[in-house]
Amino acid sequence: MSVLQALDIGLAFLVFAVAAWTIFARGAFAATVGYVVYGLLLSLVWIRLFAVDVALTEAAIGSGVTGVLLIGAAARLRGAETEDERSLTGLPRVFTAVLCVLITAALAAVVLLFPEQGPSLAPQSMQHLPETGLGNPVTAVLIAYRAFDTMLEKVVLVLAVVGVWSLAADRYWGGAPGEPRAERPEPTLAFLAQVLAPLGILVGIHIFWVGADEPGGAFQGGAILAAMWIIVMMARLTEAPSTSAFWLRLALIAGPLVFLIAGVSGAIFAGGFFAYPPGFAKPVILFIEAFMVLSIAVTLPMLVAGPPRREPKVDRSR
Amino acid sequence: MSLVDLFSIAAIGAGVFFFLAGTVGLLRFPDALSRLHALTKADNLGLGLIVLGLLPRAESPLAAFKLLAIWALVQLAGATTAQLVGRAVRRKGTAA
Repeated sequence: MSVLQALDIGLAFLVFAVAAWTIFARGAFAATVGYVVYGLLLSLVWIRLFAVDVALTEAAIGSGVTGVLLIGAAARLRGAETEDERSLTGLPRVFTAVLCVLITAALAAVVLLFPEQGPSLAPQSMQHLPETGLGNPVTAVLIAYRAFDTMLEKVVLVLAVVGVWSLAADRYWGGAPGEPRAERPEPTLAFLAQVLAPLGILVGIHIFWVGADEPGGAFQGGAILAAMWIIVMMARLTEAPSTSAFWLRLALIAGPLVFLIAGVSGAIFAGGFFAYPPGFAKPVILFIEAFMVLSIAVTLPMLVAGPPRREPKVDRSR
Repeated sequence: MSLVDLFSIAAIGAGVFFFLAGTVGLLRFPDALSRLHALTKADNLGLGLIVLGLLPRAESPLAAFKLLAIWALVQLAGATTAQLVGRAVRRKGTAA
Protein backbone atom coordinates (compact mmCIF):
# COMPACT_ATOMS: atom_id res chain seq x y z
CA MET A 1 0.00 0.00 0.00
CA SER A 2 1.47 3.32 -1.02
CA VAL A 3 1.45 6.43 1.16
CA LEU A 4 -1.27 8.06 -0.99
CA GLN A 5 -3.54 5.03 -0.65
CA ALA A 6 -3.11 5.10 3.11
CA LEU A 7 -3.93 8.82 3.12
CA ASP A 8 -7.06 8.18 1.02
CA ILE A 9 -8.31 5.48 3.38
CA GLY A 10 -7.59 7.72 6.35
CA LEU A 11 -9.49 10.56 4.66
CA ALA A 12 -12.48 8.28 4.01
CA PHE A 13 -12.56 7.20 7.67
CA LEU A 14 -12.32 10.83 8.75
CA VAL A 15 -15.30 11.75 6.51
CA PHE A 16 -17.36 8.92 8.06
CA ALA A 17 -16.34 9.90 11.59
CA VAL A 18 -17.20 13.59 11.10
CA ALA A 19 -20.52 12.62 9.47
CA ALA A 20 -21.41 10.42 12.46
CA TRP A 21 -20.29 13.14 14.88
CA THR A 22 -22.51 15.68 13.06
CA ILE A 23 -25.54 13.39 13.32
CA PHE A 24 -25.05 12.66 17.03
CA ALA A 25 -23.99 16.21 17.99
CA ARG A 26 -26.08 17.77 20.73
CA GLY A 27 -27.40 21.14 19.66
CA ALA A 28 -27.77 22.79 16.26
CA PHE A 29 -24.62 24.94 16.53
CA ALA A 30 -22.31 21.97 17.14
CA ALA A 31 -23.96 20.05 14.31
CA THR A 32 -23.42 23.01 11.97
CA VAL A 33 -19.73 23.20 12.84
CA GLY A 34 -19.51 19.47 12.14
CA TYR A 35 -21.26 19.97 8.81
CA VAL A 36 -18.78 22.69 7.76
CA VAL A 37 -15.82 20.46 8.64
CA TYR A 38 -17.51 17.62 6.75
CA GLY A 39 -17.81 19.86 3.66
CA LEU A 40 -14.14 20.86 3.83
CA LEU A 41 -13.10 17.20 4.11
CA LEU A 42 -15.33 16.37 1.15
CA SER A 43 -13.59 19.01 -0.95
CA LEU A 44 -10.30 17.25 -0.13
CA VAL A 45 -11.91 14.00 -1.34
CA TRP A 46 -12.91 15.72 -4.60
CA ILE A 47 -9.31 16.92 -5.06
CA ARG A 48 -8.11 13.32 -4.60
CA LEU A 49 -10.63 12.33 -7.32
CA PHE A 50 -9.02 15.03 -9.56
CA ALA A 51 -12.31 17.01 -9.66
CA VAL A 52 -10.88 20.40 -8.69
CA ASP A 53 -13.95 22.29 -10.00
CA VAL A 54 -16.25 20.28 -7.73
CA ALA A 55 -13.83 20.71 -4.81
CA LEU A 56 -13.92 24.51 -5.23
CA THR A 57 -17.73 24.52 -5.38
CA GLU A 58 -18.02 22.22 -2.36
CA ALA A 59 -15.70 24.43 -0.29
CA ALA A 60 -17.28 27.73 -1.39
CA ILE A 61 -21.00 26.89 -1.54
CA GLY A 62 -21.45 23.48 0.12
CA SER A 63 -19.34 24.30 3.15
CA GLY A 64 -18.96 28.09 3.21
CA VAL A 65 -22.23 29.76 2.24
CA THR A 66 -24.45 26.88 3.43
CA GLY A 67 -22.53 26.87 6.72
CA VAL A 68 -23.26 30.59 7.23
CA LEU A 69 -26.94 30.00 6.37
CA LEU A 70 -27.18 27.11 8.86
CA ILE A 71 -25.41 29.06 11.63
CA GLY A 72 -27.89 31.90 11.09
CA ALA A 73 -30.78 29.42 11.29
CA ALA A 74 -29.30 27.77 14.41
CA ALA A 75 -28.97 31.18 16.10
CA ARG A 76 -32.61 31.99 15.33
CA LEU A 77 -33.80 28.60 16.62
CA ARG A 78 -31.76 28.74 19.82
CA GLY A 79 -34.76 29.22 22.10
CA ALA A 80 -36.97 26.62 20.44
CA GLU A 81 -34.39 23.85 20.24
CA THR A 82 -34.89 21.96 23.53
CA GLU A 83 -38.65 21.86 23.03
CA ASP A 84 -38.30 20.33 19.56
CA GLU A 85 -35.93 17.64 20.77
CA ARG A 86 -38.39 16.49 23.39
CA SER A 87 -41.26 16.30 20.90
CA LEU A 88 -39.55 13.63 18.77
CA THR A 89 -39.84 10.57 21.01
CA GLY A 90 -41.51 7.20 20.88
CA LEU A 91 -42.94 5.98 17.60
CA PRO A 92 -42.11 9.03 15.40
CA ARG A 93 -38.51 8.70 16.48
CA VAL A 94 -38.44 4.99 15.58
CA PHE A 95 -40.09 5.66 12.21
CA THR A 96 -37.55 8.39 11.44
CA ALA A 97 -34.70 6.02 12.29
CA VAL A 98 -36.18 3.21 10.14
CA LEU A 99 -36.69 5.59 7.20
CA CYS A 100 -33.09 6.85 7.45
CA VAL A 101 -31.73 3.27 7.61
CA LEU A 102 -33.82 2.27 4.57
CA ILE A 103 -32.56 5.24 2.52
CA THR A 104 -28.96 4.48 3.52
CA ALA A 105 -29.43 0.80 2.61
CA ALA A 106 -30.97 1.71 -0.77
CA LEU A 107 -28.07 4.10 -1.54
CA ALA A 108 -25.54 1.45 -0.50
CA ALA A 109 -27.26 -1.13 -2.72
CA VAL A 110 -27.16 1.26 -5.69
CA VAL A 111 -23.44 1.90 -5.17
CA LEU A 112 -22.70 -1.84 -4.89
CA LEU A 113 -24.71 -2.57 -8.06
CA PHE A 114 -22.74 -0.06 -10.19
CA PRO A 115 -21.57 -1.59 -13.47
CA GLU A 116 -17.84 -2.25 -13.60
CA GLN A 117 -17.39 0.30 -16.41
CA GLY A 118 -19.88 3.11 -15.78
CA PRO A 119 -21.56 4.84 -18.71
CA SER A 120 -19.64 8.01 -19.54
CA LEU A 121 -20.11 11.01 -21.80
CA ALA A 122 -16.54 12.17 -21.08
CA PRO A 123 -15.09 11.18 -24.51
CA GLN A 124 -17.84 13.06 -26.40
CA SER A 125 -17.47 16.07 -24.14
CA MET A 126 -13.70 16.23 -24.77
CA GLN A 127 -14.20 15.65 -28.52
CA HIS A 128 -16.46 18.71 -28.92
CA LEU A 129 -14.49 20.93 -26.53
CA PRO A 130 -12.63 22.82 -29.34
CA GLU A 131 -15.98 23.92 -30.84
CA THR A 132 -16.79 25.84 -27.66
CA GLY A 133 -13.40 27.60 -27.63
CA LEU A 134 -13.05 26.67 -23.95
CA GLY A 135 -10.26 24.72 -22.27
CA ASN A 136 -12.19 23.58 -19.18
CA PRO A 137 -14.63 20.74 -19.98
CA VAL A 138 -16.61 21.41 -16.78
CA THR A 139 -17.42 24.95 -17.91
CA ALA A 140 -18.34 23.58 -21.35
CA VAL A 141 -20.76 21.12 -19.73
CA LEU A 142 -22.30 23.81 -17.52
CA ILE A 143 -22.72 26.64 -20.01
CA ALA A 144 -22.81 24.85 -23.38
CA TYR A 145 -23.83 21.16 -23.30
CA ARG A 146 -26.45 21.48 -20.56
CA ALA A 147 -26.99 25.24 -20.67
CA PHE A 148 -30.74 24.95 -20.08
CA ASP A 149 -30.22 23.11 -16.74
CA THR A 150 -27.73 25.70 -15.56
CA MET A 151 -30.13 28.53 -16.49
CA LEU A 152 -32.91 26.85 -14.49
CA GLU A 153 -30.55 26.44 -11.51
CA LYS A 154 -30.15 30.21 -11.49
CA VAL A 155 -33.94 30.58 -11.60
CA VAL A 156 -34.16 28.30 -8.52
CA LEU A 157 -31.78 30.65 -6.66
CA VAL A 158 -34.01 33.63 -7.51
CA LEU A 159 -37.06 31.66 -6.29
CA ALA A 160 -35.21 30.94 -3.03
CA VAL A 161 -34.72 34.70 -2.49
CA VAL A 162 -38.42 35.29 -3.22
CA GLY A 163 -39.23 32.57 -0.67
CA VAL A 164 -37.02 34.17 2.00
CA TRP A 165 -38.42 37.64 1.35
CA SER A 166 -42.01 36.42 1.59
CA LEU A 167 -41.36 35.46 5.24
CA ALA A 168 -41.34 39.20 6.05
CA ALA A 169 -44.12 40.68 8.15
CA ASP A 170 -46.48 42.85 6.10
CA ARG A 171 -45.20 46.14 7.52
CA TYR A 172 -41.59 45.26 6.63
CA TRP A 173 -42.36 44.30 3.01
CA GLY A 174 -39.97 46.14 0.72
CA GLY A 175 -37.74 47.10 3.66
CA ALA A 176 -34.13 46.14 4.25
CA PRO A 177 -33.05 42.85 5.87
CA GLY A 178 -30.40 42.41 8.54
CA GLU A 179 -28.83 44.83 10.95
CA PRO A 180 -28.39 48.52 10.10
CA ARG A 181 -24.92 49.96 9.59
CA ALA A 182 -23.19 50.36 12.95
CA GLU A 183 -21.97 53.75 14.20
CA ARG A 184 -18.87 52.04 15.61
CA PRO A 185 -18.40 48.62 14.00
CA GLU A 186 -16.75 45.83 15.98
CA PRO A 187 -13.06 46.71 15.33
CA THR A 188 -11.64 43.18 14.80
CA LEU A 189 -14.28 42.11 12.32
CA ALA A 190 -14.17 45.51 10.59
CA PHE A 191 -10.40 45.17 10.15
CA LEU A 192 -10.78 41.70 8.62
CA ALA A 193 -13.53 42.90 6.28
CA GLN A 194 -11.51 45.93 5.17
CA VAL A 195 -8.35 43.94 4.44
CA LEU A 196 -10.01 40.84 3.03
CA ALA A 197 -12.74 42.32 0.82
CA PRO A 198 -10.46 43.94 -1.83
CA LEU A 199 -8.35 40.77 -2.06
CA GLY A 200 -11.44 38.55 -2.18
CA ILE A 201 -13.01 40.59 -4.97
CA LEU A 202 -9.80 40.22 -6.98
CA VAL A 203 -9.66 36.44 -6.33
CA GLY A 204 -13.37 36.03 -7.14
CA ILE A 205 -13.04 37.75 -10.52
CA HIS A 206 -9.84 35.80 -11.23
CA ILE A 207 -11.54 32.44 -10.46
CA PHE A 208 -14.40 33.36 -12.80
CA TRP A 209 -12.03 34.46 -15.56
CA VAL A 210 -9.68 31.44 -15.48
CA GLY A 211 -12.75 29.17 -15.32
CA ALA A 212 -12.90 29.17 -19.12
CA ASP A 213 -9.65 27.20 -19.38
CA GLU A 214 -8.77 25.96 -15.89
CA PRO A 215 -10.67 24.89 -12.76
CA GLY A 216 -12.93 27.70 -11.61
CA GLY A 217 -15.95 29.40 -13.08
CA ALA A 218 -19.02 31.51 -12.46
CA PHE A 219 -20.31 29.57 -9.43
CA GLN A 220 -17.05 29.55 -7.51
CA GLY A 221 -16.10 33.12 -8.42
CA GLY A 222 -19.61 34.37 -7.64
CA ALA A 223 -19.60 32.59 -4.28
CA ILE A 224 -16.29 34.25 -3.31
CA LEU A 225 -17.64 37.68 -4.27
CA ALA A 226 -20.80 36.88 -2.28
CA ALA A 227 -18.69 35.94 0.75
CA MET A 228 -16.96 39.34 0.58
CA TRP A 229 -20.29 41.17 0.65
CA ILE A 230 -21.48 38.91 3.50
CA ILE A 231 -18.39 39.64 5.60
CA VAL A 232 -18.68 43.40 5.04
CA MET A 233 -22.35 43.23 6.10
CA MET A 234 -21.46 41.05 9.12
CA ALA A 235 -18.87 43.59 10.23
CA ARG A 236 -21.73 46.10 9.86
CA LEU A 237 -19.54 48.39 7.74
CA THR A 238 -22.49 48.50 5.37
CA GLU A 239 -26.11 47.48 5.59
CA ALA A 240 -28.21 45.29 3.31
CA PRO A 241 -30.00 47.29 0.62
CA SER A 242 -33.74 47.78 0.69
CA THR A 243 -35.42 44.77 -0.95
CA SER A 244 -37.51 47.11 -3.09
CA ALA A 245 -34.39 48.70 -4.65
CA PHE A 246 -34.65 48.40 -8.42
CA TRP A 247 -30.90 47.81 -8.96
CA LEU A 248 -30.97 44.93 -6.48
CA ARG A 249 -33.89 43.20 -8.17
CA LEU A 250 -32.29 43.76 -11.58
CA ALA A 251 -28.99 42.24 -10.36
CA LEU A 252 -30.86 39.25 -8.93
CA ILE A 253 -32.46 38.35 -12.26
CA ALA A 254 -29.63 39.57 -14.56
CA GLY A 255 -27.96 36.12 -14.73
CA PRO A 256 -30.99 34.00 -15.73
CA LEU A 257 -32.34 36.84 -17.92
CA VAL A 258 -29.17 37.28 -20.00
CA PHE A 259 -28.85 33.48 -20.17
CA LEU A 260 -32.42 33.12 -21.46
CA ILE A 261 -31.98 35.95 -24.00
CA ALA A 262 -28.80 34.27 -25.26
CA GLY A 263 -30.64 30.95 -25.49
CA VAL A 264 -33.53 32.41 -27.45
CA SER A 265 -31.17 34.32 -29.77
CA GLY A 266 -29.48 30.98 -30.39
CA ALA A 267 -32.78 29.69 -31.75
CA ILE A 268 -32.89 32.63 -34.19
CA PHE A 269 -29.24 33.08 -35.19
CA ALA A 270 -27.53 29.73 -34.58
CA GLY A 271 -30.25 27.27 -35.50
CA GLY A 272 -31.19 25.89 -32.09
CA PHE A 273 -32.44 26.84 -28.62
CA PHE A 274 -29.30 27.50 -26.53
CA ALA A 275 -27.06 26.96 -29.57
CA TYR A 276 -24.09 29.33 -29.82
CA PRO A 277 -22.89 30.74 -33.16
CA PRO A 278 -19.89 28.69 -34.43
CA GLY A 279 -16.52 30.36 -33.84
CA PHE A 280 -18.16 32.88 -31.53
CA ALA A 281 -19.13 30.57 -28.68
CA LYS A 282 -16.48 31.57 -26.13
CA PRO A 283 -17.28 35.32 -26.03
CA VAL A 284 -21.00 34.52 -25.72
CA ILE A 285 -20.30 32.03 -22.89
CA LEU A 286 -18.10 34.49 -21.00
CA PHE A 287 -20.72 37.23 -21.47
CA ILE A 288 -23.43 34.98 -19.97
CA GLU A 289 -21.09 33.92 -17.16
CA ALA A 290 -20.28 37.51 -16.23
CA PHE A 291 -23.95 38.22 -15.54
CA MET A 292 -24.30 34.90 -13.69
CA VAL A 293 -21.40 35.90 -11.43
CA LEU A 294 -23.22 39.16 -10.68
CA SER A 295 -26.48 37.37 -9.86
CA ILE A 296 -24.80 34.75 -7.66
CA ALA A 297 -22.77 37.44 -5.85
CA VAL A 298 -26.04 39.24 -5.02
CA THR A 299 -28.34 36.23 -4.45
CA LEU A 300 -26.27 34.41 -1.80
CA PRO A 301 -25.79 37.45 0.50
CA MET A 302 -29.52 38.18 0.20
CA LEU A 303 -30.27 34.59 1.31
CA VAL A 304 -27.93 35.02 4.29
CA ALA A 305 -29.36 38.44 5.17
CA GLY A 306 -32.80 36.85 5.53
CA PRO A 307 -36.27 38.39 5.29
CA PRO A 308 -36.75 42.18 5.54
CA ARG A 309 -36.75 43.27 9.19
CA ARG A 310 -36.96 47.04 8.90
CA GLU A 311 -39.77 49.23 7.65
CA PRO A 312 -39.24 50.55 4.13
CA LYS A 313 -38.13 54.16 3.93
CA VAL A 314 -41.05 56.35 2.93
CA ASP A 315 -40.71 57.53 -0.65
CA ARG A 316 -41.42 61.27 -0.38
CA SER A 317 -41.40 61.88 -4.11
CA ARG A 318 -44.85 60.31 -4.48
CA MET B 1 18.89 13.48 -2.47
CA SER B 2 19.78 17.09 -3.08
CA LEU B 3 20.22 19.86 -0.54
CA VAL B 4 16.87 21.37 -1.56
CA ASP B 5 15.11 18.09 -0.78
CA LEU B 6 16.75 17.96 2.65
CA PHE B 7 15.65 21.55 3.33
CA SER B 8 12.07 20.74 2.29
CA ILE B 9 11.92 17.64 4.46
CA ALA B 10 13.32 19.49 7.48
CA ALA B 11 10.96 22.47 7.12
CA ILE B 12 7.82 20.45 6.38
CA GLY B 13 8.68 17.99 9.16
CA ALA B 14 9.04 20.88 11.61
CA GLY B 15 5.73 22.30 10.35
CA VAL B 16 3.98 18.97 10.90
CA PHE B 17 5.44 18.87 14.41
CA PHE B 18 3.92 22.25 15.23
CA PHE B 19 0.56 21.11 13.84
CA LEU B 20 0.77 18.01 16.05
CA ALA B 21 1.73 20.10 19.09
CA GLY B 22 -1.11 22.55 18.37
CA THR B 23 -3.62 19.71 18.09
CA VAL B 24 -2.44 18.08 21.32
CA GLY B 25 -2.75 21.47 23.02
CA LEU B 26 -6.26 21.95 21.60
CA LEU B 27 -7.31 18.60 23.00
CA ARG B 28 -5.48 18.71 26.34
CA PHE B 29 -5.36 22.34 27.56
CA PRO B 30 -7.86 23.09 30.33
CA ASP B 31 -9.50 26.38 29.24
CA ALA B 32 -10.58 28.12 26.02
CA LEU B 33 -7.90 30.84 26.02
CA SER B 34 -5.03 28.34 26.41
CA ARG B 35 -6.54 26.18 23.66
CA LEU B 36 -6.62 29.26 21.38
CA HIS B 37 -2.96 29.86 22.23
CA ALA B 38 -2.14 26.27 21.18
CA LEU B 39 -4.01 26.69 17.90
CA THR B 40 -2.06 29.80 16.90
CA LYS B 41 1.14 27.71 16.93
CA ALA B 42 -0.30 25.42 14.26
CA ASP B 43 -1.59 28.37 12.20
CA ASN B 44 1.50 30.59 12.27
CA LEU B 45 4.51 28.34 12.65
CA GLY B 46 3.09 25.06 11.37
CA LEU B 47 1.67 26.39 8.12
CA GLY B 48 4.52 28.90 7.79
CA LEU B 49 7.17 26.15 7.93
CA ILE B 50 5.23 23.92 5.53
CA VAL B 51 4.96 26.82 3.04
CA LEU B 52 8.68 27.51 3.53
CA GLY B 53 9.44 23.87 2.73
CA LEU B 54 7.25 23.93 -0.38
CA LEU B 55 8.62 27.24 -1.75
CA PRO B 56 11.72 25.74 -3.47
CA ARG B 57 9.47 23.13 -5.11
CA ALA B 58 7.09 25.70 -6.66
CA GLU B 59 6.84 25.49 -10.45
CA SER B 60 7.08 29.24 -11.03
CA PRO B 61 7.58 32.47 -9.09
CA LEU B 62 3.81 33.03 -9.42
CA ALA B 63 3.07 29.67 -7.76
CA ALA B 64 5.52 30.55 -4.96
CA PHE B 65 3.76 33.88 -4.53
CA LYS B 66 0.40 32.09 -4.31
CA LEU B 67 1.77 29.85 -1.53
CA LEU B 68 2.90 32.92 0.40
CA ALA B 69 -0.47 34.60 -0.20
CA ILE B 70 -2.30 31.55 1.20
CA TRP B 71 -0.11 31.66 4.30
CA ALA B 72 -0.77 35.39 4.75
CA LEU B 73 -4.55 34.92 4.32
CA VAL B 74 -4.62 32.10 6.88
CA GLN B 75 -2.64 34.34 9.27
CA LEU B 76 -5.21 37.11 8.83
CA ALA B 77 -8.19 34.79 9.28
CA GLY B 78 -6.60 32.94 12.20
CA ALA B 79 -5.64 36.10 14.08
CA THR B 80 -9.11 37.62 13.59
CA THR B 81 -10.98 34.48 14.63
CA ALA B 82 -8.76 34.05 17.69
CA GLN B 83 -9.53 37.67 18.70
CA LEU B 84 -13.27 37.15 18.20
CA VAL B 85 -13.37 33.83 20.10
CA GLY B 86 -11.22 35.29 22.89
CA ARG B 87 -13.52 38.29 23.20
CA ALA B 88 -16.60 36.05 23.27
CA VAL B 89 -15.01 33.93 26.02
CA ARG B 90 -14.21 37.02 28.11
CA ARG B 91 -17.68 38.47 27.65
CA LYS B 92 -19.25 35.20 28.73
CA GLY B 93 -17.13 35.33 31.87
CA THR B 94 -16.42 31.60 31.92
CA ALA B 95 -13.18 30.40 30.43
CA ALA B 96 -14.43 26.81 30.29
